[in-house]
Amino acid sequence: MSVLTLTGNYAVAWAVKRARVQVVAAYPITPQTTIVEKISQMVENGEMNAKLIRVESEHSALAATFGAAIGGARAFTATASHGLLYMHEVLWWTAGARVPVVMAVVTRAIGPPWNIWTDHSDIMDQRDTGWIISMAEDNQEAFDLTLQAFRITEDDDVNLPMIVGLDAFILSHTYAPVDVLEQEDVDKWLPPRKQLYVIDSENRYSMGNIAYPKDYMLMRYDIERAMERAKKIIEKVDREYGEYFGRSYGGLIECYKCSDAKYLVALMGAWAGDAKEAVDKLRENGYNVGIMRVRFIRPLAVEKILEYASGKKGVLVMDRSISFGSAGPLFIEISSVLSMNGKPPAMKGVLAGIGGVDVGYRDIMDIISKFVDEVEERGWFVKRQEWFFSHKR
Amino acid sequence: MFVEIRIHGRGGQGAVTAANLLVTAALFEGKYGQAFPFFGAERRGAPVLAFARISDKPIRIHSEIKEPDMVVVFDPSLFEIVDVLAGLKPGGKILVNSPEPIEVKGSYEVYYVDATRIALELKLVVAGWALINTPMLGAMAKVLGNISIDSVVKAIKTNWSGKLGEINAVAAERAFKSVRKIT
Repeated sequence: MSVLTLTGNYAVAWAVKRARVQVVAAYPITPQTTIVEKISQMVENGEMNAKLIRVESEHSALAATFGAAIGGARAFTATASHGLLYMHEVLWWTAGARVPVVMAVVTRAIGPPWNIWTDHSDIMDQRDTGWIISMAEDNQEAFDLTLQAFRITEDDDVNLPMIVGLDAFILSHTYAPVDVLEQEDVDKWLPPRKQLYVIDSENRYSMGNIAYPKDYMLMRYDIERAMERAKKIIEKVDREYGEYFGRSYGGLIECYKCSDAKYLVALMGAWAGDAKEAVDKLRENGYNVGIMRVRFIRPLAVEKILEYASGKKGVLVMDRSISFGSAGPLFIEISSVLSMNGKPPAMKGVLAGIGGVDVGYRDIMDIISKFVDEVEERGWFVKRQEWFFSHKR
Repeated sequence: MFVEIRIHGRGGQGAVTAANLLVTAALFEGKYGQAFPFFGAERRGAPVLAFARISDKPIRIHSEIKEPDMVVVFDPSLFEIVDVLAGLKPGGKILVNSPEPIEVKGSYEVYYVDATRIALELKLVVAGWALINTPMLGAMAKVLGNISIDSVVKAIKTNWSGKLGEINAVAAERAFKSVRKIT
């Protein structure tokens, strides 16, 4: 154990150092900048043996990271918000080429209007790209997930890139104790990089040529099969990490007090901590609730969602972003899974905390108790979703 | 034990560093902590906020602190331009950087420490600014009552090595000893 007081961003930088990443290419953007700033400092003072590539845009940042990775280097990048949107095309490219890459995304709202605070629109916008996508609840998990990401992406059964998400400011710029482990222990746990294929000048190889419809579709099918396999690998890596370092998080979904609960709340990211506080307090007041904390939005834990939520009276989904004209993306995902069940629970989506609106445990207590009271009274919902604006405390 | 603290300072005074070091000191006491700035656009000299939570148990919440148990004021002139008492719990503590006792209305415990003088005496000055974050940190530990000066010194020396660490540690010690409650 080696505990330091670190921001979420510094925790990610430490994990990148511990993973012995060889190439980092990035372009600065608030609130990500301090990740790469710290890495750059570590490289400069000789703590880290990596090549830092300065680029002129996020599109090039991921392109350079991809290039390094396809050449066999363990590579990392980080971005947020508009930077991630600008990268979007290369995200498809990286996943389609089946190249393991790890990227931190400090989730931040998208403009206009300009807003630097947390919001999950940027990360949710990447759900279709073929990347594994995760969200941390606290700084320690941001560190642990980043380290785990290298094992997951480089697994023979996966070969897909992965995003480690952490909320802007409430994690990225908040100091908290983080166990950064010892280098020699991490070295024993994390083997050197493996990948499906490497392009080098000795072994010439071509990637990205035209694929006719049938081949293209088969390659898409392969990505989906890899995503299915990734579910098992994510669970396995988290379990083994726990056995080795004493911390694991429940794999794809963390189930907090949900086995005996009548009602569940599903959400992802840092506010899950506030929700846990709310659930503990509500249980004292007779509300029988639990939390499904979605750690991975891709691959979606279909089986676990069915397992945890089946037989519950109600499932409330809290989203920190919206798909305009429909609903919160997490609500769309979870309700689509639960509708497979013959008798789905009562479901409602709540949109809150958008653009960094502060949501405390008292707010979440209000949201949950209202939901439970409504189901108890009425049994179902007239409206599919509602907005929670309150900022009273 | 669960304490929420709000620090009022001016950009460049090191309020965020003080909050951060308080968390590190709490860590050395076997406690848990969380420190964060107000997440906006900060400029040198402008009023800024930093926050800290200290607890016996791991801290899960990430929301803003709106009803602090303690308010720390790095610059007494902020009383005139910011509502530094906003949300402070009844009976809450106020710690002010001031050469003399100050008057605060309401049922609060008020403390003062001459952090500026301590910083000037030790030549903790950069670009004409007295660096008061370490003396304020020492005074905060004393007023909180559950963080030892040894842990504060250790936190300071973790952050700054060599002579700078030594001088800042002395500044914290002096403030720890000289902070006074206004009765």
